[in-house]
Amino acid sequence: MDSSTTSQANPAGASAPEGAGQMSIRTRDVDLFYGDFQALFGVSVDIKPNIITSLIGPSGCGKTTLLRSFNRINERYGNVTTRGTIEILGKNIYDADVSLPELRKSVGMVFQRPNPLPISIYENIIFGLRSHTPKPELGRRGDLDDIVESALREVQLWEVTKNRLKDRATTLTLEQQQKLCIARLLPLKPQVILMDEPCSALDADGIERVEELISELRERFTIVMVTHNMGQAKRASDECIYMYLGKIIEHAPTAELFLNPREEQTAMYIEGRYG
Amino acid sequence: MAAPRAQHPFTASSHERTKLFREKVARNLMLVAALALIVPVLAIIVYLFYKASPVLSFSYIIDDPGPMGKSGGIWLPLMGTFYLVLTSLFIVAPIGILAGIYLNEYAPDNWLTRAIGMAVTSLAGVPSIVHAMFGVGAFVAFMKMGESLIAAACTIAVMTIPVIVTATREALAAVPMSFREACWNMGATKWQTTRTIVLPNSVSGILTGVILEVSRAAGETAPILFTGAAASVAINTSSLDRKLVPYDLDDKFMALSYHLYMVADKIAGMPEEMKFGVAAVLIALILSINSVSIALRSWLRSRKKW
Ligand SMILES: Nc1ncnc2c1ncn2[C@@H]1O[C@H](COP(=O)(O)OP(=O)(O)O)[C@@H](O)[C@H]1O
Ligand SMILES: [Mg+2]
Repeated sequence: MDSSTTSQANPAGASAPEGAGQMSIRTRDVDLFYGDFQALFGVSVDIKPNIITSLIGPSGCGKTTLLRSFNRINERYGNVTTRGTIEILGKNIYDADVSLPELRKSVGMVFQRPNPLPISIYENIIFGLRSHTPKPELGRRGDLDDIVESALREVQLWEVTKNRLKDRATTLTLEQQQKLCIARLLPLKPQVILMDEPCSALDADGIERVEELISELRERFTIVMVTHNMGQAKRASDECIYMYLGKIIEHAPTAELFLNPREEQTAMYIEGRYG
Repeated sequence: MAAPRAQHPFTASSHERTKLFREKVARNLMLVAALALIVPVLAIIVYLFYKASPVLSFSYIIDDPGPMGKSGGIWLPLMGTFYLVLTSLFIVAPIGILAGIYLNEYAPDNWLTRAIGMAVTSLAGVPSIVHAMFGVGAFVAFMKMGESLIAAACTIAVMTIPVIVTATREALAAVPMSFREACWNMGATKWQTTRTIVLPNSVSGILTGVILEVSRAAGETAPILFTGAAASVAINTSSLDRKLVPYDLDDKFMALSYHLYMVADKIAGMPEEMKFGVAAVLIALILSINSVSIALRSWLRSRKKW
């Protein structure tokens, strides 16, 4: 379809206004290669804090890849080369002085399939703290208990789990597991939470409740959520980015993008004509 | 006019009956083949223990061998094999497991990793007698260990390391990737991930692999033939600690496999039951090591956390 494979990939993507306060994530001309295969083409995008930005587009268009480049976890998936800049909270995360563990502490990820660790509910919540804190500074048992309780309260899991904190996390239902996967990020006090199709393994009720939860979290975090579900993007997000073949085609407030897409391709996708 | 009685559609046609017949034949053939597997095992065990029954007794186990093994027990060779397994385990387990972890968790896909992979595969194909010659050159002579328990244990370590690396990699690879993703994305390093999540969930597979392979190798004669095994040793086992630990690392030692090799064929006038006694104990030892490690595996598995 498109011969203009230059890095000027997103004429409409430039829509997000410059200088409208501090951006949470700001990328410029990001190209990403898996070996010789280019998965992202000149991605420049500004993502605002304290809103939910959803990332839509047909399967294989690079949504997961873009999401993973925000905490540089892509580099764990083989021979990956990234060009361009990705600034998070004003810092280029590809700078040499960036510590990856620190970056990933600030930029958490929630996966498609809930993946609680095969340890107790309690230990799942403090796993992150344990790996970032020297043993003697980890705090007394009582402090940890408080941390666990408040994290579980924030995701509305406290009532159902308070008497079984020692149980394996895998004994929870899928919906509870996914909430736990969100809760375990909270003790690390992240700035950004990335979610890769966080509801796609859940049933209708689960989707509704997890969406509610995500919507509450937006006040304190920057949330970027990949979704396959147009309804979810419409319901749950403030801004929406449409990607196609590794490029950002359109980035606009959700209502605008769905009512009045600027690009023909976006219109076709949201009408379900392909993808 | 009476129509021929129509068959109910669920009644088998003749083609159906042929199909069902073939199904039966195929199934039974394969069942017979599967059952055939246990025949040699049972036959070996029954035959050995039957032939050995005249000597098998508690004192046969705990007595030292008499002159040329024609009388007495098999305590010294039994202990020799036991300490050989133990020493080899101590040498090979750390190296094999660490290498396996590196290859599975860390190694990038480059020429060095592929070269290590090829080395492992080639090493696994080297016949044990060649390992014995290597052991003589490398450990007995070059490293000046002399013919000794430690030299034989090192030889067995070299011989078993490929299988141990492979078993470790397989056990680690069985741990779902999603656990690692969860850890990495919270900023855990690979080592933290491995230590806290991956290893605890693969330790059962790793341990069983290691123990099975080392005990299998220690039942062989070739690798210890020139590296430390002796037909007899002059050790006074009258004190209890000498009885329990008859060998030092630099001693030559008796071992069940080598002892069997000697008494089976090399010595004239050897009573039949003395030959079968050694074989029976060797088999019993290997079977019990196997059962212990299988029990260990299922115990660790039952505690597994997912
Ligand atoms: N680890 C990888 N190695 C090589 N190619 C990959 C890898 N991950 C994804 N890709 C490729 O990159 C493209 C984008 O994939 P992805 O980001 O997973 O898309 P999406 O999440 O939108 O479905 C696809 O063509 C996919 O095949
Ligand atoms: Mg994806």
